Amino acid sequence: MIEIQHLQKTFPTSDGAFTALDDVNLTIRDGDIFGIVGMSGAGKSTLVRCINLLERPTSGHVVIDGEDMTALSPKALREKRRSISMIFQQFNLLMQRTCLDNICFPMEIAGVPKAKARLRARELLETVGLPDKADAYPAQLSGGQKQRIAIARALASNPKVLLCDEATSALDPTTTRSILRLIQDINKRLGITVIVITHEMAVVEEICSHVAVLEHGQVMETGTVEEVFSNPRSEAGRRLVFPDGVSLDQFPVARVVRVVFNGGSSYEPLIASLAIDCGVKVNILGADTRNIDGKAFGSMLLGLPQDNTEAAKAMNYLKSCHDVTVEEVQDYHG
Amino acid sequence: MDKFIANLTDALSNSALWAEFRAGIWETLYSTIVATFVACILGLVLGVLLVVGEKDGVRPLPAPVMRVLNFVINILRSVPFLILMLMVLPLSALLLGTSIGTLASIPPLIIASAPFVARLVETSLREVDKGVIEAAQSMGCSPFQIIWKVILPESKPSLIAGATTAFITILSYGAMAGAIGGGGLGKIAINYGYYKYNYAVMLIAVIFIVILVQIFQSLGTWLAVRSNKQLTRTRRRKKRKSK
Ligand SMILES: Nc1ncnc2c1ncn2[C@@H]1O[C@H](COP(=O)(O)OP(=O)(O)O)[C@@H](O)[C@H]1O
Ligand SMILES: [Mg+2]
Repeated sequence: MIEIQHLQKTFPTSDGAFTALDDVNLTIRDGDIFGIVGMSGAGKSTLVRCINLLERPTSGHVVIDGEDMTALSPKALREKRRSISMIFQQFNLLMQRTCLDNICFPMEIAGVPKAKARLRARELLETVGLPDKADAYPAQLSGGQKQRIAIARALASNPKVLLCDEATSALDPTTTRSILRLIQDINKRLGITVIVITHEMAVVEEICSHVAVLEHGQVMETGTVEEVFSNPRSEAGRRLVFPDGVSLDQFPVARVVRVVFNGGSSYEPLIASLAIDCGVKVNILGADTRNIDGKAFGSMLLGLPQDNTEAAKAMNYLKSCHDVTVEEVQDYHG
Repeated sequence: MDKFIANLTDALSNSALWAEFRAGIWETLYSTIVATFVACILGLVLGVLLVVGEKDGVRPLPAPVMRVLNFVINILRSVPFLILMLMVLPLSALLLGTSIGTLASIPPLIIASAPFVARLVETSLREVDKGVIEAAQSMGCSPFQIIWKVILPESKPSLIAGATTAFITILSYGAMAGAIGGGGLGKIAINYGYYKYNYAVMLIAVIFIVILVQIFQSLGTWLAVRSNKQLTRTRRRKKRKSK
């Protein structure tokens, strides 16, 4: 279990101290995939670097399995770090070593005999699906392959925790998905606790069980991914879940309604509050609206969810809105 | 001009002179190699200290130590080589019992070039990606392991290129040392060209120096490119061509 207690980090800057982390409290249970999400500059990297003490907290504690990281001697800290691996956005492989030697590196540091280390490294190459890249150099690999090697290297020390700092942010969507699947697989099979730092909600949605939303160095909300996604309680959470003010989830549509705007407030807040106030997500199937001085004119086609009570809730809500008329479309063909 | 041609034909057929050139080339080579070797070791140690010892380095050293180190390196680098050589020759006399000849020129060469090599090393080591060092720290590397297993191996190609530059600089310093009692090709060039107005022999000595520089530069570049695993095979070929 990882307990982050009253974590505070300030950086001295030319114009005074800058507070990057402000009283952060989190509990991460063993075996979880815990997401820490927030916009760029929120303090995510600083937080994750405080966990393995690459960054020393100004105050507060990081307790891992009952051991306070901040109280360890340099030597004990180095020892402890071997059970907390980290992967990075830029992979950070040793460019002058082959892939196999990169994977051997943490074992070399720990004094594992060379033959044994090489054997284990080959196993790990299998695990990450690159058995034929043992003698290749990182410069010869694609981004996704580099991250796989980095993951193999991270696993070499048999860690209990894997920290991922924007591990997929330099990768294309398809590669991102395959790397996330690999991380998920590792979590399931080896029971390694994973902390995923990301600015992309989609990454959290894809693999995390729990999530904390970070903004301006503070945890705005935390909970299971379902909780936070279906009902984000903080402003920061809502902005992340509905980046355009609407839910972009696609789901099977049962009923279609046409909403006509007669000069009320613009349509985005309407869809957002539909999601937030009623907890109902709708699909925008088509829209022809114009914003004139912040007022919406035009019409929009909305797909309502299959669940009848949810659909009824949405209809009632829409009907209660001013300057909006709602009608059901019977013969809609998407 | 007539005299030059006469000197040249004379030089080309003078076997005693060729023996002198052979000795000169040998003296230049061994003084340069010995001085480069020692200067590179000293420079490597100093360069590592400069990089890992700074405030947010891998193994910070007390600020006063760093200030003294930088100060001494800057002073040594700012004294012109010939003057430094004159100042250090008494040390040669003390160490080697002589302040004249090829051997005597080696300690001044080392002292003059080690600070320069230290700066070259410093530049090379700073090129190592901070992220890679951080990754090593996150794995529990000690400062020594980071220096020995990460920083130095990762900057190897750049260090080889630096050593080549050091070698060539020391070769030219060695030629200058010829003016004040050093040996080698520099001495031959100055003896004949400056004292005897025999420009033909001086020219031949200079040509030998140029050839040595070319050989060692090509060798160094080849080694540096070959050892760099960061360049893929095709890029490596291109890079070699452009040099
Ligand atoms: N070493 C540092 N010195 C000063 N400010 C820093 C330092 N590291 C990070 N910061 C600041 O702390 C804030 C959070 O940074 P970071 O943790 O990297 O954010 P994120 O990873 O969420 O994008 C940023 O505003 C950044 O400028
Ligand atoms: Mg970051």
